Amino acid sequence: MPAGSTYSTIATTTLGSNQSIVTFSSIPGTYTDLVLITNAATTVANKDVYMHFNSDSGSNYSRTVLYGNGSSAASDRAANVSFGWIDYLGWTGTTLGTQVCVVNIMNYSNSTTNKTFLSRANNAASAVDANVGMWRNTAAINRIDIGATTSGIFITGSTFTLYGITAA
Amino acid sequence: MVRDWGHSVSPILGIWASQNYPRITNSYESIATINLSGGDSGSVTFSSIPQTYTHLQFRVFARDNRANVGNTIRWQFNGDTGTNYSSHLLYGDGSSAASAALTNDYGVATVVSSNSATSGVFGAFIMDILDYTNTNKYKTTRTLGGFDNNGSGDIELDSGLWRSTSAINQIAVRFNSATALKQYSYLALYGIKGA
Repeated sequence: MPAGSTYSTIATTTLGSNQSIVTFSSIPGTYTDLVLITNAATTVANKDVYMHFNSDSGSNYSRTVLYGNGSSAASDRAANVSFGWIDYLGWTGTTLGTQVCVVNIMNYSNSTTNKTFLSRANNAASAVDANVGMWRNTAAINRIDIGATTSGIFITGSTFTLYGITAA
Repeated sequence: MVRDWGHSVSPILGIWASQNYPRITNSYESIATINLSGGDSGSVTFSSIPQTYTHLQFRVFARDNRANVGNTIRWQFNGDTGTNYSSHLLYGDGSSAASAALTNDYGVATVVSSNSATSGVFGAFIMDILDYTNTNKYKTTRTLGGFDNNGSGDIELDSGLWRSTSAINQIAVRFNSATALKQYSYLALYGIKGA
């Protein structure tokens, strides 16, 4: 039987000043999946947006990505890396609205399996990406730190929204 | 990953199939969930799907028991076990991108991790089943799915077709070279209302 509305906003952050890391902490464990939407720009272009779960900055992340850059489609892989990348060549611009990422963090609160996330990153000026990532940890995710690689800084007006989806 | 589709594969560029847009919060409802917390299961079926939504979204976190790191599994509608399905896939394996077409197939195709992947590695996919109650149209699905095994993996954009005008009231797994979804797989079906 339908259980009623189940797609809920957990938190939204709009940057009032330039900021290097955006954090969602104390994430409730009561949902089934999380959806993170970023609409961000950086002070310097071509930065990759990444996540750290539960403050883990160790080499416990990996990913497989499919992307197209306007000339060709290709795929790439990263193993034993310290970032949960959510984009590849669909990376950030310096103007708000030029990059949007949607990340689905599946079954995030279970404490038995590693965590898998699916993301789509879009930058019409550079590339479009589809990405699957893994965090090799069985802990329930209760914190997400979002940053941009190589000392990227998100600019004022960048938005980050976290949703929770609850299964029946 | 071994791709054992059991059908001829042609390298035809598929439809750019999947994006996942923000949903309108009060129009998105949970219909049913299958949580394999107690053990493996060779039969996964969602039946008596309400006809009161405009679209369905099928969110799956799963691993099957095939002796590979990943596998293609299919989904059948309304108990139709015939070859009335087709899919186009655009996928990347970490080294190259490729595309495939699966014609006259036994279900719409998706990808999950399999039993040779590292313990605890589960694949995932999100399938949108569009206009599923319409009795004048064939049914089209679009899927974003994949798995990553820290050194191997697969990411896919899939488009599926069921050549039937029937409203969809049942969704069931159809295995190929696997016989069960592993324990801790989690499958959830949601309905999205129209205005």
